[in-house]
Amino acid sequence: MSDARPVTDPFTDPLQQHRAAMMGMYVFLGSEIMLFGGLFCVAAAVRLAHAPEIVHASRALHFGIGGLNTAILLTSSLFVALGVESANGGRAKITSRWLVGAAALGLAFLMMKAYEYRMEFTEGLLPIEGVHSRYADDVQHLFMNLYLIATGLHAVHLSIGILLLIALSFRLAFGSIKLPERAIVLVTAGLYWHLVDVIWVFLYPVFYLAR
Amino acid sequence: MTDVADPKLEEANVGRVGSTETVAQRVSYLRAGHSLKSWLLTTDHKRIGVLYTLSITFFFFIGAAAAALIRLDLLTPAGDLMTNEGYNRAFTVHGVVMVWFFLIPSIPNTFGNFLIPLMIGAKDLAFPKLNLLSWYIYMLAGLFTVFVLIAGGVDTGWTFYTPLSTMYANGNVILAASAVFIVGFSSILTGLNFIVTVHTLRCPGMTWGRLPLFVWSIYATSLILVLATPVLAITLVLISLERLFGLGIFNPAIGGDPLLFQHLFWFYSHPAVYIMVLPALGVVSELVAAGAHKPIFGYQFVAGSSIAIAALGFFVWGHHMFVSGQSLYASAAFSFLSIAVAIPSGVKVYNWTATLFKGHISLDPPFLFAMTFIGLFVFGGLTGLMLAMLAIDVHVHDTYFVIAHFHYIMVGGTISAFFGALHYWWPKIVGRMYSLAWGRVTAIFFFIGFNLTFFPQFLLGYLGMPRRYHVYPPEFQVLNVISTGGAAVLGVAYVMPLIYLIYSMCYGKPAPNDPWNATGLEWTTPSPPPKHNFEALPVVDRPPYDYEIEMRDEHV
Amino acid sequence: MLRLANPLVVIWAILLVLLSATIAASFVLSGPVGLVVSLSIAAIKSAMIYWRYMHLNEETPLNRIAALAAGLWLLILLGFLGVDYWTRALV
Repeated sequence: MSDARPVTDPFTDPLQQHRAAMMGMYVFLGSEIMLFGGLFCVAAAVRLAHAPEIVHASRALHFGIGGLNTAILLTSSLFVALGVESANGGRAKITSRWLVGAAALGLAFLMMKAYEYRMEFTEGLLPIEGVHSRYADDVQHLFMNLYLIATGLHAVHLSIGILLLIALSFRLAFGSIKLPERAIVLVTAGLYWHLVDVIWVFLYPVFYLAR
Repeated sequence: MTDVADPKLEEANVGRVGSTETVAQRVSYLRAGHSLKSWLLTTDHKRIGVLYTLSITFFFFIGAAAAALIRLDLLTPAGDLMTNEGYNRAFTVHGVVMVWFFLIPSIPNTFGNFLIPLMIGAKDLAFPKLNLLSWYIYMLAGLFTVFVLIAGGVDTGWTFYTPLSTMYANGNVILAASAVFIVGFSSILTGLNFIVTVHTLRCPGMTWGRLPLFVWSIYATSLILVLATPVLAITLVLISLERLFGLGIFNPAIGGDPLLFQHLFWFYSHPAVYIMVLPALGVVSELVAAGAHKPIFGYQFVAGSSIAIAALGFFVWGHHMFVSGQSLYASAAFSFLSIAVAIPSGVKVYNWTATLFKGHISLDPPFLFAMTFIGLFVFGGLTGLMLAMLAIDVHVHDTYFVIAHFHYIMVGGTISAFFGALHYWWPKIVGRMYSLAWGRVTAIFFFIGFNLTFFPQFLLGYLGMPRRYHVYPPEFQVLNVISTGGAAVLGVAYVMPLIYLIYSMCYGKPAPNDPWNATGLEWTTPSPPPKHNFEALPVVDRPPYDYEIEMRDEHV
Repeated sequence: MLRLANPLVVIWAILLVLLSATIAASFVLSGPVGLVVSLSIAAIKSAMIYWRYMHLNEETPLNRIAALAAGLWLLILLGFLGVDYWTRALV
């Protein structure tokens, strides 16, 4: 079975290059895990120090919206996975559609998040400078700050992912990415998207479901 | 394609002053493209290594200027050269620039970039464009740092402790934090590149057990770069947001904990010091083997010790926090682990010593720098063990004892090794030999200047002089004056190589492929190497450091 | 029917079931037990995403280590932070 994948310098073998690309992406995602990991450690420290107040603050969040958002993101991951599968099968147009679908779900996530932030703002929970807030205690203020940073950083990464998927789907639609030879591009982009999903899979219970 | 033996070309070059070019140089990576664009858009790891060398030298002299200001101010017990605020900014600039813009990239991004593909028999790193991006990110961060300097600097110390940095400091904390945040990504991408390269691009026959120890140490360093640096990144984001918006994570008034900052910061910054020293340890292994013309004793243990240092280095960060209010049980655990992490370093030192036994030693500059390293690193390491002990640290924490300890490692250690690497691989990089006599003089000046500068600081610290103070009791003046005098000698040692090495670029004897009669794939290429390193990928079938051992026929 | 469905879709369905489970558990469980359960469910979901969506099932053991090492490494920071916070009050 001949390997139609191209080989570029400094590699000499397509399998070698494929493994290197995957390893490179996995390692990069590892660094992202350490980045968010720092935030999770802060959350853990705060919860250890003030468990009852944290539980109370967590209850004030809208777990239903958060849960819906989780489902949206999981579905977008499915779309990306299906897109990668069709990329490996050489079907550029179909891949493009799956990616657009995933990007659309990502946008839906962001819109839900914006709606959620707005609700929290009207409830006096969102820490905006100069605006009077209604916190039960200082720890709730701390919790909401952390929640904002964590979800905000996640949203930044999600936005990058959305732009990436849209850019790739355009390139696929115009035929600039030859499939299945260059499917690795979709595979590695997909890995990034899935990590953003994994991060949310942990963010959700840590912030919304602390009981 | 130029005919190498063409006499007309040789003649054409002879008349021009300072531009005689060796035959090897003409077909090397140095000449593959002459324009600025060919340098600034290069993806050749060798050129990128050269770009980094120029950049870090620039930042080194900024950090050294800050050090000069510090040492000048410390000539007298009164704080008369700078104001208190100015002094705080001076030592902060010194720390920030030296740690992130000099020491961390010093060996990995210069010699690592240049040598790793050559040493493993590859044409380039796994991701050449990413390599160039790393350099641009570094330069962008450097630009930010220059802005910080111009804007007046920052006064928190390179450690940005809360609540000073988040609530009370008057300087450009966020700008400085941003600069460091950006340079962190340069580190992460470099580490990623090295890890993937070493795993996937070793030439046929280059098994892990045949890799030069320098490659092992850069690999171990890269693991730290990728795992630790992101934690620094998020920590800097958090203090910036806390300073901007009053987040409160580090503010006890609303339930936060200032110690949490220290945990997060040191979780990166302790492994960071291993980023600074592991590559140096790898260089020394190369220099000792080459200087003694003998295989490294206990290769597997030395290779394994690099990985052990990288791993264990993540478990010891709390030793920076013994007097901060951290729990005593945590402190005890960190103390024990900090003592344990000294063991693999000790393994290396013993194995280098055993390597020298019955070696055929040439006292060339690289070897002298290796010896400088070993002596000064042992001092630094032993004092590190002292600091790891709770009972001692309580007394010398935040004194000049600590400063002396880490300068013995970072300057006595890393800079020795950096100079050793420079003097060892210079012929390979530029294709010229330099004056060995001047190289030896530099090593001697360095050793003397270094000890004069930093040994008195152990005494000062033990006697109680705190760090980051420019006002001190008059009885400490003598030692401070000696230290400043030593710094002047050290300064001479730093400047000398610039002169004779640059001189050699034009007037040095052309270097053969292997001027030191050393082993290693990099010495099989011309000096300087061609752009693609190897005409055909090498196939390795011999052990590393395949020198003739005198004892082969004797049973010891 | 399961035999004919795309495995990727099956994974997705299981992920949604686990999501419902974690929400449901939050009504019933609390404290350390609740935390352990919710984090375990998150870990299982992530494992499934890594295994199938992120291709770990097709990758070499080395690449699997590359993918998962950071997660393990984070435990060092978490672990010692825990040691400090839990034992600070003791002395």
